[in-house]
Amino acid sequence: MGRLIRNALMMLLVMTVITGLVYPLVATGVAQVLFPHQANGSLVERDGKPIGSELIGQSFTDPKYFWGRPSATTPQPYNGTGSNGSNQGPSNPALHDAVQQRIDALHAADPGNTAPVPADLVTASGSGLDPEITPAAAQYQIARVARVRNVSVDQVQKLVTQATQGRQLGLLGEPRVNVLQLNLALDGLQQR
Amino acid sequence: MTANDFIQIGMYLVVLLLLIKPMGRYMAHVFADEPNRITRFGGGVERVIYRVCGIKSDEDMSWKRYAVAMLAFNVCGMLAVYLFQRTQQWLPLNPQHFPALSPDLSINTAISFITNTNWQAYSGESAMSYLTQMAALAVQNFMSAATGIAVLIAVVRGFARKTTKGIGNFWVDLTRTTLYILMPISFVLAMLLVSQGVIQNLKPYVDVPVVQTSTYANPVTDAAGNPVKDAQGNPETKPTPLTTQTLPMGPAASQIAIKMLGTNGGGFFGANSAHPYENPTPFSNFLEMLAIFLIPGGLCITFGEMVGDRRQGWAILATMLVIFIPLTIGVTAAEQAGNPILHSLSIDQHASALQSGGNMEGKETRFGVAASSLFTAITTAASCGAVNNMHDSLTPLGGLVPMWLMQLGEVVFGGVGSGLYGMLAFAVVAVFIAGLMVGRTPEYLGKKIEAYEMKMASLAVLIPCALVVICTAIAVMTPVATATVGNPGAHSFSEILYTVTSATNNNGSAFGGLSANIPFWNVMLSVCMFWARYTLAIAMLALAGSVAAKKHVPASAGTLPTHTPLFVTLLTSVVIIVGALTFLPALALGPIAEYLMSAH
Repeated sequence: MGRLIRNALMMLLVMTVITGLVYPLVATGVAQVLFPHQANGSLVERDGKPIGSELIGQSFTDPKYFWGRPSATTPQPYNGTGSNGSNQGPSNPALHDAVQQRIDALHAADPGNTAPVPADLVTASGSGLDPEITPAAAQYQIARVARVRNVSVDQVQKLVTQATQGRQLGLLGEPRVNVLQLNLALDGLQQR
Repeated sequence: MTANDFIQIGMYLVVLLLLIKPMGRYMAHVFADEPNRITRFGGGVERVIYRVCGIKSDEDMSWKRYAVAMLAFNVCGMLAVYLFQRTQQWLPLNPQHFPALSPDLSINTAISFITNTNWQAYSGESAMSYLTQMAALAVQNFMSAATGIAVLIAVVRGFARKTTKGIGNFWVDLTRTTLYILMPISFVLAMLLVSQGVIQNLKPYVDVPVVQTSTYANPVTDAAGNPVKDAQGNPETKPTPLTTQTLPMGPAASQIAIKMLGTNGGGFFGANSAHPYENPTPFSNFLEMLAIFLIPGGLCITFGEMVGDRRQGWAILATMLVIFIPLTIGVTAAEQAGNPILHSLSIDQHASALQSGGNMEGKETRFGVAASSLFTAITTAASCGAVNNMHDSLTPLGGLVPMWLMQLGEVVFGGVGSGLYGMLAFAVVAVFIAGLMVGRTPEYLGKKIEAYEMKMASLAVLIPCALVVICTAIAVMTPVATATVGNPGAHSFSEILYTVTSATNNNGSAFGGLSANIPFWNVMLSVCMFWARYTLAIAMLALAGSVAAKKHVPASAGTLPTHTPLFVTLLTSVVIIVGALTFLPALALGPIAEYLMSAH
């Protein structure tokens, strides 16, 4: 019995070194050489300074920007250090009310638009950091963004098309529009 | 359901089935008694490890010694994980200066990770140092997976061998699993994940200025950190400008690779595989889903190879698929139909070329309904527990599927190793029932199934069932537990049932609205996780020891062949009937009641 426990302790020590230190550190080294951009968070830089990540959404509530998925993180939306969904059950009245409020906010920003709101634009994402919306949610907002910014719908449509990614390898996942990149492109449009 | 839903499910199954066979054959070589190319290649490293640890690698252990070695190793692992969490504030690689975790949370996390459950009552990015993640949690991702596979291989040896006491050497099985199976595949998978955008670094968190500044309602706390409440008892808030966002960093990819491959499921971040840094693209999602089933599926083939009849392995795999596929279609159909209580609002939940539609609460845009539902079915069929969408926000019937897949005992693929040894317990019960029908002593794989084997198999089948039912009953009678639910009505019962089910069956996914980090849950779930994991493993090792000592009985005209569609049907029925009889009443109070109430 004593030998077994000695074996167990030594085995744990050896395996901790192999799988807990050597493996992750070698993986870090190789990743930093092969894929430095991705391994360090896919940061978007402007003037050499990071201003966000391609993969992490930000909160947009101004009508001149495309809005992303509602975020349930606390205390602030899109809290990078507190990823979480709302965890509201399907029959929870609070979910019904929250969706209604989000629809109302969209209507207030764009009273003329009476089309039904694409589901993803009024339901909280799983991570609270979803960087993307569906093409349907982008189309829904194009007229508003163009009007507020005083640019043509065609110009905005073009930027949305550029920011849209199809299914990966033509098959996997869903088509989607990166909100941060689209909004940065919109801001760039006006500076020119 | 849409055509896209079927395409995504179909493509996954095709690629999986192509990978399973070579994977299974490879693992059979790893555990072969005779030396071969694989074990010679790594023989030098193996010998060094055995010498350093003082292990006699040629010792053929009895089932009792095998079980004691397994338990001793796992308990040592538990103590190590506990100590890392309690001392991380003094240890290196803690750039965010996280303090020690509470004792009850630490013990819960430690048991959770040694048992391959990975139930998480903490959120990684705001609680765990990089060192704790790497050297405590990820190590147990490897070790708990290797333990499960080792026990399974010992059980299979019991059936394959004749008139012997030994069922192998735990240390050798553990070392070979880690060196030849888990580490190499994890490394390749980690690099593929990084290429998609999963992070892998040791840097402190990065602050970035946000593009659009805004204000948010920040809860006010007093000097002790407790929330301040106003006269009506609502938390007081003050408007706070939101000008920066903090991006989490860390060695995520290396841990996520083994978390999927070892069916552990413990996320590096709180949102698990819904987090864009943990699962950034549809392709990374596809890889993660493949990694979950790769070893549990492959082990069916390994089993067939080791008992000398490949058809036996295919029959078990067929049984798993017969249960898995309809339930996957069930959860996808339920989610694609959308949330009925939102239909009255001005909202579009229909699938079109521009959106997946359906119930998008708790789901990520890049995965939509199809890739989220498929992930949900896979992660709960296997006892993985990683999530790429929030299960608490699934539709009532969509949430019933993952709950029931766990309640079937995690034998539909199941955890690495543990899923298959659980299924073998059901197979023993199935041949016994068939034997009763014709009045013959049942046999499985040429071994007579007698009273002792039946006792062990019955224990393995019934212990998780009993624990779930009893502990759910205790929880709903305990006010501190019922106060932790996050949703009203029937759904609150679903949250409690899901919690106990997930911990007991070593899954680890959650209906996350329930606030589980209180001493009651931390302690009770620790007991559930520990008991279910080790009583089951020990019962199956005892069964293996018993059948290993038996003679091989040649098949006769009266033997029930166990590789035929008839046996697949019988085994499927036994799994379904045990799961349905035990849990339908409880499910009727939770998801089924919620469905009926929200349908109209």
